[in-house]
Amino acid sequence: MFNDLFSKETLSEAWRIIEAEFPTAIWETVYVTVLATAFSILIGLPLGVLLVVGEKNGILPLPSWLLHTLNVVINLLRSVPFLILMILVFPLTRLIVGTVVGTTASIVPLVIAAFPFVARLTESSLREVSPNTVEMAQSMGASPIQIIVKVMIPESVPSLISNATIAITTILGYSAMSGIIGGGGLGKIAINYGYYRYKYLIMIAAVILLIILVQIFQSVGTRLAAKADKRIKKKSI
Amino acid sequence: MIDIKNISKKFNTAEGTVEALKNVSISIPEGDIFGIIGMSGAGKSTLVRCINMLERPDAGSIEIDGVNLCELSESKLRSVRRDITMIFQGFNLLMQRNCLKNVCFPLELAGKSKSEAKKRALELLDTVGLGDKAKAYPAQLSGGQQQRVAIARALATNPKVLLCDEATSALDPTTTNSILELIRSINEKLGITVIIITHQMSVVESICKHVAILDNGEVAEQGEVTEVFSHPKSLAARKLVFPEGSTDSLIVGGSGERFVRVIFNGAGATGSPLIARMAVEKGIEANIAYASTKSIGGKAYGSMLLGISGDDADVNTAVEYLTQTPDVLAEEVTVHV
Ligand SMILES: Nc1ncnc2c1ncn2[C@@H]1O[C@H](COP(=O)(O)OP(=O)(O)OP(=O)(O)O)[C@@H](O)[C@H]1O
Ligand SMILES: [Mg+2]
Repeated sequence: MFNDLFSKETLSEAWRIIEAEFPTAIWETVYVTVLATAFSILIGLPLGVLLVVGEKNGILPLPSWLLHTLNVVINLLRSVPFLILMILVFPLTRLIVGTVVGTTASIVPLVIAAFPFVARLTESSLREVSPNTVEMAQSMGASPIQIIVKVMIPESVPSLISNATIAITTILGYSAMSGIIGGGGLGKIAINYGYYRYKYLIMIAAVILLIILVQIFQSVGTRLAAKADKRIKKKSI
Repeated sequence: MIDIKNISKKFNTAEGTVEALKNVSISIPEGDIFGIIGMSGAGKSTLVRCINMLERPDAGSIEIDGVNLCELSESKLRSVRRDITMIFQGFNLLMQRNCLKNVCFPLELAGKSKSEAKKRALELLDTVGLGDKAKAYPAQLSGGQQQRVAIARALATNPKVLLCDEATSALDPTTTNSILELIRSINEKLGITVIIITHQMSVVESICKHVAILDNGEVAEQGEVTEVFSHPKSLAARKLVFPEGSTDSLIVGGSGERFVRVIFNGAGATGSPLIARMAVEKGIEANIAYASTKSIGGKAYGSMLLGISGDDADVNTAVEYLTQTPDVLAEEVTVHV
């Protein structure tokens, strides 16, 4: 199978395909990943906040049935395998985008799959804020909204950035999977050439690019999180 | 004037109900530095959290300048809390904000403009001696400096009352003294009523005018510090004042001895020299059966039990001699061996 993998013809053919298709594919992957992450945060972050503040002993207790429902929905969405979820949300995708195939259309299932994950990540970040800090704000007369906006979120920014990095790299992986049913990007190329046409070099190149993208997102995220964290002692002021 | 009347607070836990406060009444004069002292778990933090209504008492009332806080709505309470600010054992600074922004925090909450808040915050940082640390982050400061920032923050809204919950417990003795000194000077300059929660006798001794001793959710004793500490009446108070020895177990001398209890109430002379002088001047040999005295601000407080082998005349002479010494009381007691 791998005999002619590195023959001159296959190499030059692979290079032609890479030159022709990869720039768009990389762009599509980044576009889908970034947009899907942005929407997931838009939905997931407030839900994550609710999960923490809405608890019985939280600063803004929600009716317990509501909190319970929220938890169940999040767990449910998180337990459906992504491939199946993509098919399940076809009607919603058609409603929002007008079609179920294509790069933009793949954003919808990605967001549906990722926002519950983001909500859980946000929840864990906010739980790192010490209850003593929250109590301090309460003792100074802060309202629940002020505590969320001025204390809980700003105090957990470094952790939120780290978790956003986890989210974006996970979404990048999912976006590659969406190539199977019509999504664009590097995932589609890997599947089309590698799985359907046995052009393994192309598949390997696509996978290497996905790995590089993950590395880039991860190291940028790690660096931003470290930079944002004022708890780390610095020698000079 | 803070009037705490008959407050009770229960917590329901998995192990059952905890009565953290039982019918606690304390009144705190305006402008006072008032200590609330007690063992761990006595209910001190619960009490202080009731004073600013972070914890609503189950029963009783808390009046500050005639306003009963228990009757206020949550939103009214928020504005009242600007008048009753608090500092904590763990400082509780916002770690992602620099010192200046930390001090600005309560002003932001109160809706002050950015420039106004900044001006006031800089003034306050100067007051606590950290004018040069405005841009530093809490992680770059020592514990004592962090507590100073917290004090500046607590003063930002011009409060009437400053609550200090174990504010010096995480600090070394020298830093503790400097923080207490700062609190004292703030109390003098601004007339703020200060309530100090602590489990350390030394803190109460060095700064408080009045003290309440909390034991197992109840007020065991309250009054002026010198009074309470020199004549601890309750068992809880005695345990705090004389932690080394229980006043109940006596080392009793030979048979036929008669006993005189000597109470030092801020006396210039301490136990042993006084007894030695008595032996020289009156020829009465006394044997110290038990002693638990303490020096507070250079003065002796506490009590001592003397065993004297002699007749009525000797005992009377001794009691008379001792009583003549300023701030010393003496009386014959019967001790059951
Ligand atoms: N939120 C709570 N839920 C249940 N029990 C509580 C709660 N807060 C306090 N308690 C209980 O009430 C009692 C008094 O606690 P509190 O924190 O007031 O003590 P403390 O005097 O401040 O002790 P320490 O010196 O250790 O801080 C303890 O038995 C504690 O377990
Ligand atoms: Mg406590």
